Amino acid sequence: MRFERAPWWLKALAGGGLLFLHLPILLVFLYAFTTEDRSYVWPPPGLTLHWFARAWARPDIWEALWLSLRVALVATAVALVLGTLCAAAVARSRFFGREAVSLLVVLPIALPGIITGIALRSAFSLADIPFSFWTIVLGHATFCVVVVYNNAVARFRRVSGNLIEASMDLGATYGQTLRHVILPNIATALLAGGMLAFALSFDEVIVTTFTAGQQATLPIWMLEELVRPRERPVTNVVAMVVVLVTFLPILGAYHLTRGTDTVAGSGK
Amino acid sequence: MIPAISFRGVSRHFGTVRAVDGVDLDIAEGEFFAMLGPSGSGKTTCLRLVAGFETPTAGDIRLFGESVAGLPPYRRAVNTVFQDYALFPHLNVLDNVAYGLMIAGVPKPERRRRAEEALAMMALPGYGARRPSELSGGQRQRVALARALVNRPRVLLLDEPLGALDLKLREQMQDELKALQRRVGITFVFVTHDQGEALSMADRVAVFSDGRIQQVGTPSEVYLRPRTRFVADFVGSSNVLAPEVARAFGGQAAWSSLRPEALRVVAPEGAPVAGRVVAARYLGSATRLVVALPQGEVAVLVPGGQAVPETGAQVGLAWEAGALHAMEAA
Amino acid sequence: MTVMADAGAPRPARSGVSDALWRHPRLMLVLLLAPPLLWLGIVYLGSLFALLAQSFFSIDEFSGVIDRTPTLKTYGELLRPANLDIIWRTVLMAALVTVASVTVAFPIAYYAARYARGRWKAVFYLGVMLPLWSSYLVKVYAWKLILAKEGIVGWGFEGLGLGWLLDAFLSVPGIGGNSLSVSPTGTFIVFVYVWLPYMILPIQAALERVPGSLVEASGDLGASPGQTFRHVLWPLALPGVVAGSIFTFSLTLGDYIIPQIVGTSARFIGLAVYQYQGTAGNVPLAAAFAVVPIVIMGIYLAVAKRMGAFDAL
Repeated sequence: MRFERAPWWLKALAGGGLLFLHLPILLVFLYAFTTEDRSYVWPPPGLTLHWFARAWARPDIWEALWLSLRVALVATAVALVLGTLCAAAVARSRFFGREAVSLLVVLPIALPGIITGIALRSAFSLADIPFSFWTIVLGHATFCVVVVYNNAVARFRRVSGNLIEASMDLGATYGQTLRHVILPNIATALLAGGMLAFALSFDEVIVTTFTAGQQATLPIWMLEELVRPRERPVTNVVAMVVVLVTFLPILGAYHLTRGTDTVAGSGK
Repeated sequence: MIPAISFRGVSRHFGTVRAVDGVDLDIAEGEFFAMLGPSGSGKTTCLRLVAGFETPTAGDIRLFGESVAGLPPYRRAVNTVFQDYALFPHLNVLDNVAYGLMIAGVPKPERRRRAEEALAMMALPGYGARRPSELSGGQRQRVALARALVNRPRVLLLDEPLGALDLKLREQMQDELKALQRRVGITFVFVTHDQGEALSMADRVAVFSDGRIQQVGTPSEVYLRPRTRFVADFVGSSNVLAPEVARAFGGQAAWSSLRPEALRVVAPEGAPVAGRVVAARYLGSATRLVVALPQGEVAVLVPGGQAVPETGAQVGLAWEAGALHAMEAA
Repeated sequence: MTVMADAGAPRPARSGVSDALWRHPRLMLVLLLAPPLLWLGIVYLGSLFALLAQSFFSIDEFSGVIDRTPTLKTYGELLRPANLDIIWRTVLMAALVTVASVTVAFPIAYYAARYARGRWKAVFYLGVMLPLWSSYLVKVYAWKLILAKEGIVGWGFEGLGLGWLLDAFLSVPGIGGNSLSVSPTGTFIVFVYVWLPYMILPIQAALERVPGSLVEASGDLGASPGQTFRHVLWPLALPGVVAGSIFTFSLTLGDYIIPQIVGTSARFIGLAVYQYQGTAGNVPLAAAFAVVPIVIMGIYLAVAKRMGAFDAL
């Protein structure tokens, strides 16, 4: 281990970079308490908790939040199943087209979201599928698979194939091996992947605008408010809550995968 | 008597790679059997074929007279000690050892008792609550042995059992494994690339090369009477003499083996062959010389305590009549 | 005598499936791969094909009805000067954003990879991870607040008595505007901010693999810090930089929200796609426009793969 000291200018640049990443988000927090309701004036003329009560009383926000939560839960569940199966196949065996499979999984986030969005929309229109809860879920699950996949595949690689052979050597069938060896060893990676998938879905707006029709998830609601502001301070409050709600799963996933080679951020 | 394990014409090909190629082999019950060979020689694949992790492309494998074709690993009365031990990281030592019993549905109190007995037998009493990651390499190996033996298998397979241990521990474990095998009395089959390990532990040795068995025999047969040039060279680095050289050494015109320790350094005058020392390597218990003869170079082992000629000196070499062994195959 | 294991109990009766899987390893693979491949193949690839198909349809200019006979007419429309302008503007923006992101990301990644230890390592890791995962819209919104005329940046310039400087900058055509929040400069800053974490992580991953001894060896052999950077660090970090640039480039090409919220009325590819399929109802042209980033990214990925960028992902 080295205990070198970094030159002062490097420290300044790195520290400044981190501040650059965080200050704007903290600023949103502060604006949630401002007494000014017409403009974005700085510094806030006064502080108040009034807008929290206003936001609380808005049924459209609750509806949007509820829709977002349901979509995120279902999309995460689908992504967990598909991502884990795919990771098991790719990590455990070599087969023709293995590279193509990993590419296919990554593609939905490697290509710009608008492509995924308009592609899904084209397909819905060609197949005459009306927009619904399930069209949103379809899109979200598709790009959430990769998050679960990345977490699971890293863990599968670490769980050496020998463990599975050892289990079967000791008398366990595939089913028993799955239950007693594989699942306990990949559980935390799956949980972390699931949390990240949830956060990704909860926050998604670009694909959703193409698959939601008239429905509003919380990000869609916010986008509406940004384009055509009605009550700016309420938007500030929702923005703050959204950030706090997504921080929890991220921190959780970080704790679950700390000290392993699974990178929590891989995949977004 | 029915052999514990028998191979008849067994092959395992991976595409164009012939990992195991037409192997015939019988291993008797209660035998301590070594599969020896360099990496890629097919010995580990043979072990995996017995365990059921691979299926043969051709041929028949029998355990105690019954074909194992179509039997998955969990239906075979064999257990394996893996090279990296493959202990379950999410279970403590006791649960690792009791795993096979748990799967077999043995009630909890009994499997606890048997697992603890197995740990005690491996000189690890009271280690049950620890995690595998808290154990040393030698301790992990004992746990792996206990985990396999607690199921009372009829054959124990060991894949490079001492490969991950340091030298001192390796020598100690050789003695312990041998003693353990006598105590439990079942067939042990172990795979190794270390000829010293194979010769010192096994009752019989099979020497593998390129997916085929070169020779099967007791350690002394394999060591003293190698059947092929490969065996002579791989088991103890013998001098392999071409037919015409063997003739010049007074033997038959056949590929022959002459062990370095069978050669004695004598005065050049009147010696059967003479040459110049070109290199010397001090090994502690002996010194290994390379002597350049008109017919080629040979290795000579001079035991400790005897005078070692200088590099560059002219020396003669002599040997006992029986030391020059003509091999059956090239 | 039996070869069956005799550990004390009979085998479970329900192991028929397991036996079949052992006898046919390919079956196992098929069972594992079928659900994800069916999903991604039908939902995703199917949609991409639908998109591609749409781009070969055309729209009747008078009735606005979509004609489903294959034609290259829409692609001809795509090549009109106004549309080429949009493509050119977007690619230029993506390139500038990428270069700026590398410049800002490199010191952070280098410090985190080489100097940060223990608690600081975690601080840097989370410090990049949290903004990466925080709400995209909130991040864009934060900059709307910051860059607004009455916002913190304007306040800062006024406070320092430099209001005239900001005004002068905003009056430069091409980069300025009424306020920073409706200028191309504003769009650029927000792009850099929002994609920055995507650049830091791969560069950091690449730099983590460079042993510190290499930098010391270079200094030992007489290289100045600048020379060490140019001849040792930069080439070794390049795969990470390329990997990061895939994100910044691709995300900028496809974004339609940032230019809409912080920017002028000048259109980018993403915005054009959004507007053509939405208000204009010209789905074929929107589809043809959407093919542009796919082609650009295809070329980009092919080049990146050659440079070994995927090892750093």
